[in-house]
Amino acid sequence: MEYPNLSYIETLSGNDIAFKKKLIAIIKLEFPTEKKVYFKSIEAKNFKKASEDVHKLKHKISILGLEKSYAVAADYEKNLKENKDAGKESFDNILQVITDFLNTL
Amino acid sequence: MNCIIIDDEATARTIIVQLCTNVPSLNVLEEFPNAIQAMKYLNQNEVDLIFLDIHMPDFTGFDFIQTLKNPPKIILTTSDSQFAIEAFEYDCIVDYLVKPITLTRFEKAIQKARTTKIEANLTASHPTEKDTSSANDLYINIDRRLIKLDIPSIYLIEAKGDYINVKTEDKSYTVHSTLKKIEDKLPNDLFLKVHRSYIINIKKIIDIEDNSVLIKRDVIPVSRSNRPELMKRLNLL
Repeated sequence: MEYPNLSYIETLSGNDIAFKKKLIAIIKLEFPTEKKVYFKSIEAKNFKKASEDVHKLKHKISILGLEKSYAVAADYEKNLKENKDAGKESFDNILQVITDFLNTL
Repeated sequence: MNCIIIDDEATARTIIVQLCTNVPSLNVLEEFPNAIQAMKYLNQNEVDLIFLDIHMPDFTGFDFIQTLKNPPKIILTTSDSQFAIEAFEYDCIVDYLVKPITLTRFEKAIQKARTTKIEANLTASHPTEKDTSSANDLYINIDRRLIKLDIPSIYLIEAKGDYINVKTEDKSYTVHSTLKKIEDKLPNDLFLKVHRSYIINIKKIIDIEDNSVLIKRDVIPVSRSNRPELMKRLNLL
């Protein structure tokens, strides 16, 4: 299992601690909302909308250094666009890993 | 360069603002979570550069670009590279950044934006043959494909709700746009709005009878208020 890291955020922040804190706070605020929207789309079987939700979540996945998970999310997004939910379990696991990680920050 | 950022994701906007702080020549004027708000801002303010997300709900980055009459330089920002080819269709797009954006790649894009500005200025002061020919071209967006039309070949444009029907010598095209938008793109000496729902190419008129014109096989109404302007444009004996 791949685990999130702050490598990108730290490189971007440099010595700007205030920016680092600000960005993490925004991610912590935005991620649960995006996740909720995604699960709502899945529950409604609106796979087209869910693909757009996954697309948005992909950015958070990449910011947190999850390269393999990003590929999994990209495949899942493609499947959803074709009205298939193959890859849902793996993607949902990624969301849980990120949720757990963000709770530690 | 004065710039704005359009992205529905707050995280993305925050990152771009931070990247901009590393480039002293960039001045972030505003950031917007959607294209509609940005359009209102652009109606009253001049900007040199837009960082534009492609994938936004309701109104995509490409939809937004098409609403701009004189678009400033645009750097696209996106989470995937699948739209890169489409991006090359637009002269105003100077670069294409795939998220997450690194500082090195960002600085390279800004450098491109600066270079493009110089080239654009040179072109403006020394018009080339290419410029003359492109003045006759109009690109319309149909199913995410930009189709080039030869402006003089258009003989009629009809408003149909949220769409317009553009008729040329060879084909008809239904485009999501308004008569006002296309009217602004067409040469005044060739085209005239004769009715709230119709713009005609006056060179293609076959005859005029009372309050209607025959153009190709279409009989088009002429509103009372537009008739004097139409008559003025005709070479009457």
